[in-house]
Amino acid sequence: MKKAISSALLVSFSMAAGFAMAQSATDDIAKYREMIADGNPAELYEAAGEDIWAKPMGPKNVSLQKCDLGLGPGVVKGASAQLPRYFKDTNKVQDLESRIITCMERLQGYDAKEIINAGFEKGKRKDVEAVVAYVVTASKGMKINVPMKHPKEKEMYAMGEKAFFFQGGPMDFACASCHAEDGKRIRLQDLPNITEQKGAALGYGYWPAYRVSSGNFWTMQRRLNDCYRQQRFPEPIYTSDVTIALSVYMGVKAKDGVIHTPGLKR
Amino acid sequence: MADPMRVRAQETGGIVDVKVLMKHDMETGQRKDSAGKTIPAHYITTITATYKGKQVFLGEFGPAVSKDPFLNFKFKGGAKGEEVTITWVDNKNDNRTDKAKIS
Repeated sequence: MKKAISSALLVSFSMAAGFAMAQSATDDIAKYREMIADGNPAELYEAAGEDIWAKPMGPKNVSLQKCDLGLGPGVVKGASAQLPRYFKDTNKVQDLESRIITCMERLQGYDAKEIINAGFEKGKRKDVEAVVAYVVTASKGMKINVPMKHPKEKEMYAMGEKAFFFQGGPMDFACASCHAEDGKRIRLQDLPNITEQKGAALGYGYWPAYRVSSGNFWTMQRRLNDCYRQQRFPEPIYTSDVTIALSVYMGVKAKDGVIHTPGLKR
Repeated sequence: MADPMRVRAQETGGIVDVKVLMKHDMETGQRKDSAGKTIPAHYITTITATYKGKQVFLGEFGPAVSKDPFLNFKFKGGAKGEEVTITWVDNKNDNRTDKAKIS
């Protein structure tokens, strides 16, 4: 009898120790983030993007300074806080990247297909990524305010929600498998519950970000592309409707969350 | 040509706090590309900081330093409004110099 009690005690002890260890591990990650926050290399991409934005380029040799990101031609400050949104001139809901591509195509005369078919960090896509770093930095500290007024925006939200819960692929996975419950973790990373405002803001408010493990800047499109890779889904087409729909879903869910972009991620 | 750095310098109580963010691949020479070929080593070897023509910091970097390195150091005797100059040289003899005004 006595033996049974002591072993029961032992079990509860080791459980407590395990819990404490998990806690300190996530704390350590927070500490690490704090340490490197001062030198976020995303700033280097931002500086490059600022130059690209203002420099006349492309077949038409014009800059992107007349590019309308939703707040009027050339307005960068606060632009990414209200994206994705509906654009009259393209009759589409566009996220930041697809909108930049539209500007590069219409203003500068670049071939949009070429950018879409290039890989990440390849060719003109690299410039899109740098411009993203520049634009999202100009919304830092603002509140997420993705609109859902236009019927097309509502349609995209519904599609994003559907995509978020769509389960499939060789591992029978959905975004919701990892991101629809509180307190989930993959190794040491806390996974936000994107179905709620708090979690959605934690995810949506920190991307695009510089990723320390791969040593480069990741746009939201790249982040979503990797989500699909991790689920073993076929690779989504760059700036395709499903990727924009997912951004709309997360952005609307995250309403009023604070923007911390460009983030700094493991 | 090498990409620009971000240099920030702030003076408090006679001590200047300098923060430098460099854009550099910092290849170790140990990695292989997708075709199995070794990626040649390419990293910063020395970094120097000068203030009014006088060297205030010298660092010797090697392949163990991360990509896009961040450096933070302090030196005594700097004044607001003056400039700090940072220069790095890498193993291919490429270099980059940037300046920052002390605030």
